[in-house]
Amino acid sequence: MPADTIAFVVRRVGRATQSSIARLGFAARFFALVLYHSPAALKRLQLTLREIYFSGVLSLVIIVVSGLFVGMVLGLQGYDTLNRYGAGDSLGIFVGLSLVRELGPVVSGLLFASRAGSAITAEIGLMKTTEQIDAMEMMAVDPLARVVAPRFWGGVISMPLLAALFSVMGVFGAYIVGVRLIGVDNGTFWGNMQSGIDFWPDVTNGIIKSVAFGIAVSLIAVFEGYDSKPTAEGVSTATTRTVVGASLAILALDFILTVFMFRGAA
Amino acid sequence: MNRATIDLWVGIFVTIGIGAIVFLALKVGNLTSLQTAPTYHLEAAFDNIGGLKLRAPVKAAGVVVGRVDVVRFDPKTYQAIVGMRINDGVQFSKDTIASILTSGLLGEVYIGLDSGGDTVMLADGGHIAKTQSAVVLEKLIGQFLFDKASTGGGK
Repeated sequence: MPADTIAFVVRRVGRATQSSIARLGFAARFFALVLYHSPAALKRLQLTLREIYFSGVLSLVIIVVSGLFVGMVLGLQGYDTLNRYGAGDSLGIFVGLSLVRELGPVVSGLLFASRAGSAITAEIGLMKTTEQIDAMEMMAVDPLARVVAPRFWGGVISMPLLAALFSVMGVFGAYIVGVRLIGVDNGTFWGNMQSGIDFWPDVTNGIIKSVAFGIAVSLIAVFEGYDSKPTAEGVSTATTRTVVGASLAILALDFILTVFMFRGAA
Repeated sequence: MNRATIDLWVGIFVTIGIGAIVFLALKVGNLTSLQTAPTYHLEAAFDNIGGLKLRAPVKAAGVVVGRVDVVRFDPKTYQAIVGMRINDGVQFSKDTIASILTSGLLGEVYIGLDSGGDTVMLADGGHIAKTQSAVVLEKLIGQFLFDKASTGGGK
């Protein structure tokens, strides 16, 4: 390989590494800035309530429906597998643990990233494209406090509630399939679930996970929107990056959190 | 969108979400594990604890009366020291036997307490003297094979 090709490759790798690390640094600084501006934003609670409406309330339908279906599939598949070992009665604990610990926070986080995260990025990106952000700065209105922080907190508050709702709908879906259709005993289903799932640490760890995912998704969404190039193409790229980045962040965070939370418990 | 309408919807949303968490706490999980009912501490030394884990139940007559909270190794006696928290109000006599049992062939490992006839009760921090170790299936099978081989060799 000629020397200048090697130099070219090294230069490209170096530039890509440098720029991604610089971006990470900007993201960290941005996170600190959002937190710094949060008290001012939360003082005008109406702004945050509006964002909870857009990212939380409008996500209700997709969370409820998909939770129900995931639960019903879990009920069918779980019963089929467990019954091979004569453990069909353990369906309740199987479904409950999978939903509360993993599927509830993770799947609702992924749905939240694609449903609400992409919308936040597109909205902020378009504000930037149409120079609304610059206009705010001209009027001495801090866009971080007026635009970014409320959207961030709206997402952080909505996410745990949506995850809990997802888990409940999933358990309900599994109940419909397991108890109503297949015929697992009603008392066994709920009794097994309650004896096997503790509020502490199972349910609380699920809630902590969903809070962490809420912070990650909301931060990525507002950051990508704020950092997007002010063009039509830039907004579309930023929206894609939000969905991809947030989904990967959720899955990676989930692994890390699971290692910390359940290593000792199992 | 009207401000009052948004408030209403957000209120409904938050109510549903908190309701879901309460449902998870009460109906799916059991809040009882969160209760910090007063307990006292007992200890027992076992030669082998098998698959006993932290937070395993301590049962008397099949009823859960406490949980295992410490498992450590005693380097002097080469025994496992198991500490357990027993609910207040449940008293055991001094000659109680603690045994490590398994519910079913593949079930959870727990500690069974069988109270004796002594009138003196174990106090907080008390030590259960009589213990019965876990049955290790591999040892049992090994013993069985050894017995078979030794009797078979005599013929």
